[in-house]
Amino acid sequence: MRNGPSWFNVTSLVVGFSFLYLPIVLLVIFSFNESRLVTVWGGFSTKWYGELFHNKQLLDAGKVTLQVAFLSASIATVLGTMAALVLSRSGRFPGRTIFSGMIFAPLVMPEVILGLSMLLLFVAIDQSRGFWTIIIAHTTFCMCYVAVVVQSRLVGFDRSIEEAAEDLGCPPFKTFFLITLPGILPAVIAGWMLAFTLSLDDLVIASFTTGPGATTLPMKIYSQVRLGVTPEINAVCTILVALVTMGVIAASVTTKRRETQRQRDERAAIAQG
Amino acid sequence: MAKKAIGPVRRTFTPWEDSTATPFIEFQNVTKRFGDFTAVDNLSLKIYEREFFALLGGSGCGKTTMMRMLAGFETPTEGSILIDGQDMHGVPPYKRPANMMFQSYALFPHMSVEANIAFGLKQDRMSKADIAARVTEMLRLTKLEAFGKRKPHQLSGGQRQRVALARALAKKPKVLLLDEPLGALDRKLREETQFELMNIQEELKTTFLIVTHDQEEAMTVADRIAVMDAGKIMQCATPSEIYETPNSKFVADFIGDINLIEARVVSKSEDGTIMDAPRIGCRIDSSQTTTVSVGDTVWYAMRPEKVRIELGETETPEINQVGAEVWDIAYLGDVSIFHSRVGEAEETSLRSTIANVTRLVERPLTWEDRVTLSWGRDAGVILSK
Repeated sequence: MRNGPSWFNVTSLVVGFSFLYLPIVLLVIFSFNESRLVTVWGGFSTKWYGELFHNKQLLDAGKVTLQVAFLSASIATVLGTMAALVLSRSGRFPGRTIFSGMIFAPLVMPEVILGLSMLLLFVAIDQSRGFWTIIIAHTTFCMCYVAVVVQSRLVGFDRSIEEAAEDLGCPPFKTFFLITLPGILPAVIAGWMLAFTLSLDDLVIASFTTGPGATTLPMKIYSQVRLGVTPEINAVCTILVALVTMGVIAASVTTKRRETQRQRDERAAIAQG
Repeated sequence: MAKKAIGPVRRTFTPWEDSTATPFIEFQNVTKRFGDFTAVDNLSLKIYEREFFALLGGSGCGKTTMMRMLAGFETPTEGSILIDGQDMHGVPPYKRPANMMFQSYALFPHMSVEANIAFGLKQDRMSKADIAARVTEMLRLTKLEAFGKRKPHQLSGGQRQRVALARALAKKPKVLLLDEPLGALDRKLREETQFELMNIQEELKTTFLIVTHDQEEAMTVADRIAVMDAGKIMQCATPSEIYETPNSKFVADFIGDINLIEARVVSKSEDGTIMDAPRIGCRIDSSQTTTVSVGDTVWYAMRPEKVRIELGETETPEINQVGAEVWDIAYLGDVSIFHSRVGEAEETSLRSTIANVTRLVERPLTWEDRVTLSWGRDAGVILSK
């Protein structure tokens, strides 16, 4: 066997990564373009970032997006965790298969259909559309992602810990908050972050369910791009990319650190016997 | 000079022989079915206060189900369970006067040792000062004073096991349930902990119910043992009774090492029973009187240490004495086990042990030696087929 990667591995790595990241790199580079023309390099400048902070429309859209993402992620986390608990803890109950199928269906359902059906529902019940209808729609499709993440954690969760708590006099409801929740918290947080991101970048469902005065950032960007890409949009996207990247790095560093600390503790415990 | 105490002196304690004593835990005709599988089969059992009771059996014999029903995690399909005279039907686990020590220890990973021990006390809304005092007491009892602030993953296996014990004992339960408590410990630590458990039980005077598949463990710690198989109790008696007078082939075979000899009853009297054992080619005279009738085939069960082995073969087979050839030797350090082949037509071997009282490397007996095996009239028990 040969050591190190072969030329085939190297090539596929380079091609794969370029395919994934070249467009984003271009976007970042052009956000620092002096020129108003998007495709012509006119020298380095940060002026579009300055202009961005004076563009009230974009800033408002950004605010709405964050509010929607925060609220729908939070509601979806509560509902998704409850669904996961029912699926992994209630054993066999009538309709369990249908319930689990229905919980996970939105994962594979085309967004257009989801958005359209939501729209039809709101029209049918004569609900005026706006900020809250987007939240309801986002909660619906984010919930199933949370349920998947939390359920996978619950499957590996040692039930005897919960039994021990009950055995020591703790009623089941309290046991959930004192014992189960701390145990599955990483998955709940991960589910929340996933829901937050999904809501943040959703365009299709938001377009179907929005109304006057509730424009999210992806919708704003999309409508502006149709009139021509401005460097301001590049700047917004760069900021988004930076935020997401920092989030991911922070999360993985914390996990890694905790893992090493844990391993060190365990080694110490074994060493001193 | 005063002798150094290694623990409180154990006194004879036999409430099960007293017919007026009221049982503390009672299983009344309990059956538990999971679908088609019967885990516990119409089982009745009485356990007395302050008793150290062991449920012993192989995996799937129903011993863990018994314990989980007592703790309230499973409900009996039929029958009832009483603790201290109170029917436990419909009483949830968090309201039962029993605490359990789990096989996996089930420590709360996000809490310190102190918080783990205090958990049950907090549920009782005990005052902070009382909780602190009780936690300190439990840490002392389990010799964990130095580890109170640690998290479970910062402890070794033996320490975790002691935290689990301290946590289960903190609430002063009427019954402590121990589910294979020492399974994860290495042999030396396990033996130490067995004696610690016995001392703690003696000190607290709590009723202990232990579930284990390890017969040595059950025999060391328990006042009485119930040997279980397929959801039934095969025998329930003191360790020595179970070892010396097993009531069935299953119990005889399950506990320790034993020679099972097929024999036919030739004659019986008040003085004992004479049997014919064609497979080993001799007659067996036993002091035991039996209910089986003359002509019936029985098992004669005899522990290896009750069989004497001597160099030189007898010319003629006599009663309780047979010629043999050493076939295999297992040297275990403290004792050696000899497998000797007896009989001609079929290969039947008898096991006998010799305590290695000298440090001689040259053993008096070796492979292919012709030997004589002999035993006394009270060496074995007659088990009906």
